[in-house]
Amino acid sequence: MADYAIEMLNITKKFPGIIANDNITLQLKKGEIHALLGENGAGKSTLMSVLFGLYQPEEGEIHKDGRKVEINNPNDADALGIGMVHQHFKLVECFSVLDNIILGVETTKGGILQKDEARKKVLALSQKYGFQVDPDALIEDITVGMQQRTEILKMLYRDNEILIFDEPTAVLTPQEIQELMAIMKNLAAEGKSILFITHKLAEIMQVADRCSVLRKGKYIGTVDIKDSTPEKLSAMMVGRDVNFVVEKKPVEPGKVILDVQNMTVASKRHKNNAVNGVSLTVREGEIVCIAGIDGNGQTEFVYGLTGLEPLKEGRITMNGTDITEMPIRKRSVMGMSHIPEDRHKHGLVLDYSLENNIVLQRYFEPQFTNKFGFLKKKEIREYANRLIEQYDVRSGQGPITKSRSMSGGNQQKAIIAREVDKNPEILVAVQPTRGLDVGAIEYIHKQLVAQRDAGKGVLLVSLELDEVMNVSDRILVMYEGEIVGEFDPKKVTVEELGLYMAGSKRKGAEAK
Amino acid sequence: MNKKSSKESILRNDGFQTIVASLLCILLGLLVGYIVLLIINPSGAAGAIKSILKNFLYYPSAAAATKYFGTTLVKASALLMCSLSVLFAYKVGLFNIGAAGQYVVGAGACLYCAIALRMPWFLCLLFAVIAAALIGGISGALKAYFNVNEVISCIMLNWIGLYSVNMLLNKVKEETTPYTKNLSTTNSSALLPTLGLDKLFSNNEFVGLGLIISVLMAIVVWIILEKTKFGFELKATGMNKLAAKYCGMREKTNIILTMMISGALAGLGAACFYLTGVEQWMVQQTSVPSMGFNGIASAFLGGLNPIGAIFSSYFIQHITSGGSYVDKTMYCAQISDLISAFIIYLCGFVLFFKLWLNRYLDKREEKQGAKARKGGEA
Repeated sequence: MADYAIEMLNITKKFPGIIANDNITLQLKKGEIHALLGENGAGKSTLMSVLFGLYQPEEGEIHKDGRKVEINNPNDADALGIGMVHQHFKLVECFSVLDNIILGVETTKGGILQKDEARKKVLALSQKYGFQVDPDALIEDITVGMQQRTEILKMLYRDNEILIFDEPTAVLTPQEIQELMAIMKNLAAEGKSILFITHKLAEIMQVADRCSVLRKGKYIGTVDIKDSTPEKLSAMMVGRDVNFVVEKKPVEPGKVILDVQNMTVASKRHKNNAVNGVSLTVREGEIVCIAGIDGNGQTEFVYGLTGLEPLKEGRITMNGTDITEMPIRKRSVMGMSHIPEDRHKHGLVLDYSLENNIVLQRYFEPQFTNKFGFLKKKEIREYANRLIEQYDVRSGQGPITKSRSMSGGNQQKAIIAREVDKNPEILVAVQPTRGLDVGAIEYIHKQLVAQRDAGKGVLLVSLELDEVMNVSDRILVMYEGEIVGEFDPKKVTVEELGLYMAGSKRKGAEAK
Repeated sequence: MNKKSSKESILRNDGFQTIVASLLCILLGLLVGYIVLLIINPSGAAGAIKSILKNFLYYPSAAAATKYFGTTLVKASALLMCSLSVLFAYKVGLFNIGAAGQYVVGAGACLYCAIALRMPWFLCLLFAVIAAALIGGISGALKAYFNVNEVISCIMLNWIGLYSVNMLLNKVKEETTPYTKNLSTTNSSALLPTLGLDKLFSNNEFVGLGLIISVLMAIVVWIILEKTKFGFELKATGMNKLAAKYCGMREKTNIILTMMISGALAGLGAACFYLTGVEQWMVQQTSVPSMGFNGIASAFLGGLNPIGAIFSSYFIQHITSGGSYVDKTMYCAQISDLISAFIIYLCGFVLFFKLWLNRYLDKREEKQGAKARKGGEA
């Protein structure tokens, strides 16, 4: 019994219209790395919220070291030594690493902060696990990888025994991922118990001891990794066999649809240009992919391309028309679709219903608005229902569901339905599979390839190397606001791309 | 079982919740007001609350009561317009605390046009609307282009508006009093037509077109927000400015337009009130009239629904007017304002009550669910 650090036994949690967790059991052994695998909406987040006392389950118990415990709020969880690194870090940007670590558990003497002790402890921990963080650096100045280590240090500083990592690799470079894996193994060897939430099968295979799989709120099973294969895991997660390789016909590009010449966009964060003289073309029937590590100007490039930010220099031509100065709405009507990087920030009006979000790019068309400016609610409902069915967008109450209450994968599907159904000439997709599970990723990749096969141009911006290699017909690597290389995915290796992405190689002249 | 679930769904219904919450707020406000009256002077408290609630029913003769009912309605229609102004902006994510100032500017414009320029009523109305829309537009433009918080710019414009209007109307005041000249004697063409409505209220000549305009406006605002493309865009802009920009809405224009419409509504309210001649402007005022601020309370009490605002505005005006009938020998003159202020203040808690009710229902559902489960197992 006491082998388990934490046990969640027969947890059931319901929400109106949906059973988020249906009799789920999760047992975390001491000193193991236990992966929690499941599609979006499978109930992982709900289960973790139950563990942190944010939700009270209708049924089930939580045991720690074999004894039953009550967790009513996050403070209880903290007192039991449960800590979590969230997918989106909870750090104060303008504080130092040390300040962030001690935040909330500061030692004071007569109201004055005592940081010396804390500094010693942090340095000792950092050394022990090979973290190499500078306690005095400001969070805003350090890399995402270092910020994540700060989060891990936060848990270690609080002597947490049970460490939860929520999709920790989504924001890291391949090299950083390897370092994180090593750190996790180290921690487990030191006797910490680690719960690793992810949908990247390769990482589970590499680092985890056991893996529990959830599907649509139900517990599917727990397997030993050494007796398992990625195919087996993904079949458990999705409920069917998943095709990892994107099937597509050989590329037959036609005429140029999108032509960007010498685009320069000013940066909001520093004095240099975020995008510096980028030129590229996208032709009919091809998927061009911009690869690169996050923050190398891809976001700003897309803002410039779609009209969200003005250009400092350069010219954009779509189907022979100069659209450099064109407002967003006109670009959209002319046939540019944009799947934005951040679905909450740009992609959706979260407090609008699903149907309103589905017509967000088309509500002004005569089919949805009559000539007096009144919305045709019936037509909107019919259109939304058609898209919901066709693109399999799942939600609690169909077209009238508040978009905020939908799972991330289904929110993304709604955006993709909206943008693809517009029948665009060119589809700009920015990290369309971010944070999604393999089932949804497979689906979205199929949609992109279908667009390509229909003779449309697709410009894909992605941070995921697998996606870059699998989906694209042509790869452009962006580094510090410039295109530093162009590759054929069939002729280049992931390692080679990695070197260009990290800026240690470039073929400047050929890229232009 | 079925009966129970239908009861549950009524409790979950948004409109029903709003009504319950509004009634709760009113009761609580009355209770607090009563306690305060008890503290000041226990012997008159019950009587005072009664006269606040009775308002025009204070008069024993039916004719007098109907007449003063009419006057309350005239004031309520102005309040309704202010409340529409607040809620329209609120739906677009803006807090128009400047309804008070826009109301003042509207009043200034219509009175000046009526008395100094001798314009007929429809032109006075038009200029009041334009002037107030422009003032609202300033706050909107500051917000859209320089991201100046609309609350700050509105508050400052309230004072700028008040003193400018005082200066302007100083030219058209009576020689002996600080009040503007009476419309019926100086320019009766500026008075709003009564459309025969005065007959219904014991020949109360102040009742007329204003009443109809305000109720019509409530319906128009509801239609714009719920049924039109324009409202769809405005609400989207209010909920997520970035998404609005992403899908090609002109989010800056929308913000300015919203504040202009919001201002126009408040200005129209002022015109509907002052062009009846029921009150004259006092040019030595040093505080912004409370009409615009009460509009905030009334918008919330009405559950941020234009149709709900019709009723909430009437209620708030009813108790505000009723306050003047409180026995002044037992309480000081300001007591009526104080008590209605308490009630109005608590009216702002509608959203809080709705939240609280939903939480309570969630908890109960959770418990019942758990119980049903356990019972089933046993």
